[in-house]
Amino acid sequence: MLNSSLKQLSALLAAKKISSTELTGEFLRRSRALNPDYNAFISINEEASLAQAGAADRIIASGCAQPLTGIPVAQKDIFCTRGWRTTCGSRMLSNFISPYDANVVERFNAAGAVNIGKTNMDEFAMGSSNETSFYGPVKNPWDVTAVPGGSSGGSACAVAARMTPAATGTDTGGSIRQPAALCGISGMKPTYGLVSRYGMVAFASSLDQAGPMAKSAEDLALMLNVMAKFDARDSTSLEREPEDYTRDLDKPLEGLCIGLPKEYFVSEISEDVARAVEAAIAEYRKLGAKTVEVSLPNTKLSVPVYYVLAPAEASSNLSRFDGVRYGYRAPQYDGLADMYRKSRAQGFGAEVKRRILIGTYVLSHGYYDAYYLQAQKLRRLIAQDFAEVFTHCDVIMGPTSPTVAFDLGEKSSDPVQMYLSDAYTIAVNLAGLPGMSIPVGFGNKNRPVGLHIVGNYFTEAQMLNVAHQYQLATGWHLQIPVNRKSQTGLEPKNAERF
Amino acid sequence: MSLSLDDVKRVANLARIEIGEDEARAALTQLSGIFSLIEQMQAVDTSALKPMSHSQDVTQRLRPDAVTETDQRELFQSIAPQVEGGLYLVPKVIE
Repeated sequence: MLNSSLKQLSALLAAKKISSTELTGEFLRRSRALNPDYNAFISINEEASLAQAGAADRIIASGCAQPLTGIPVAQKDIFCTRGWRTTCGSRMLSNFISPYDANVVERFNAAGAVNIGKTNMDEFAMGSSNETSFYGPVKNPWDVTAVPGGSSGGSACAVAARMTPAATGTDTGGSIRQPAALCGISGMKPTYGLVSRYGMVAFASSLDQAGPMAKSAEDLALMLNVMAKFDARDSTSLEREPEDYTRDLDKPLEGLCIGLPKEYFVSEISEDVARAVEAAIAEYRKLGAKTVEVSLPNTKLSVPVYYVLAPAEASSNLSRFDGVRYGYRAPQYDGLADMYRKSRAQGFGAEVKRRILIGTYVLSHGYYDAYYLQAQKLRRLIAQDFAEVFTHCDVIMGPTSPTVAFDLGEKSSDPVQMYLSDAYTIAVNLAGLPGMSIPVGFGNKNRPVGLHIVGNYFTEAQMLNVAHQYQLATGWHLQIPVNRKSQTGLEPKNAERF
Repeated sequence: MSLSLDDVKRVANLARIEIGEDEARAALTQLSGIFSLIEQMQAVDTSALKPMSHSQDVTQRLRPDAVTETDQRELFQSIAPQVEGGLYLVPKVIE
């Protein structure tokens, strides 16, 4: 059951081989047992999850089930969720209970899915290692001395450790794809504007995009069917006809053209990652795809451009945390201005404050043209590079991250080194394109390697097809990290039934 | 461009974040590293490029001026940190 796809779980529920209450109970037990080791969840609420599971069982009994009815899905703690705490990984929101559901949460609820918990994350989604969470770092289930990646590290860890069949994430500069790569799971950031940002705590609004994280591309497709829909409450949501993202999964890859950017296969990639990515590309050639070398000449500019735009937008978005309306308030202060200053100094962690300072500086009087405007122009240049490649290629492939998961603490004191590790993923957010990561093997210290697949705007169905065909031919996505507790009787006792 | 300690303190004040002397010094070192990365942008001539904020060049939608919110006063009162007689208690914000 731990490795069952969403489709298989749905079939078991439909055939009454298991109830959603039993299924949810099994995953809750596993999450409770493993969470002390991994810290993947900030909130687990058995009562709320089991109530949703009970409701799902009634829907299934009435014959009105949808594909995800009764299936547990973890929500990143950035999505406002009625009746649950929504902390965004921050002290600032440690007691915040939202009066409404985020669009993503609403849509999973409407699909009958069961919220199995709120996952840990870098504070306000700012980080690449999950070490900036106020609730402590998440551990990589393949090696607890390694980071899981970030910012959706809790979701990636929870799926990798099979504490949940699937989870949601958000991706501003790689926050779905990089942790998916480092934890050996599949994750997708859709085209900007496809999934509503309503009720998703804002970091950098022109880049933030929610997406699915799961074991396989087939599971991602089913989740995207639920998540992607126009929502008038998000001013950047795109008005498009709904699509079935599973429609192309079974197409053969004969004739697919894969672009390999020469800038992605340079000395920055470690040898173990290069080896696994090249083996995956060889597998694609066996499946009938052809590869061509392409160029994305402005790749190197994406990190500097991102570290102007994202902090600028963050400094504006996070100005709402003033200690008055909600969130953390300093216990002692002297006057209004001092209350603001102390509440924000105590409520925000170091990385968040660092980015607010960068953003405030680049937006301050006299600097707007040199920084924000220049970055917005370079953003177009980066998008034009991709557009040129997509005139003759279907997808672009490369490594998701230049190295496998690094050790906890290894980069936390050097922000520039941490930022540079996201070079491949960041460019995709700047251009607003869809991108995904799938597991393609293991590198140094037996830590997972991810393949980055980038498609043109609105080609999610094709990208999922490309990933699914690889997963039909290989078994990397079915590997499960070993935990000593999971070998001592905590596996579901009736596993043979499934 | 090089940042000074005064720049860091001025920006922290603009952002309404209290910053101590030691913290400001540490921030100066880290921000200087980040700004030397950011400075790579300045080497590119962008005079012919139009700024991009949304990849699909969308325009702002308008909606009919109709009531869409329902009365949720009890819900809002129930999650507020401090309420009294149906009001929300907050620190004094007008001095």
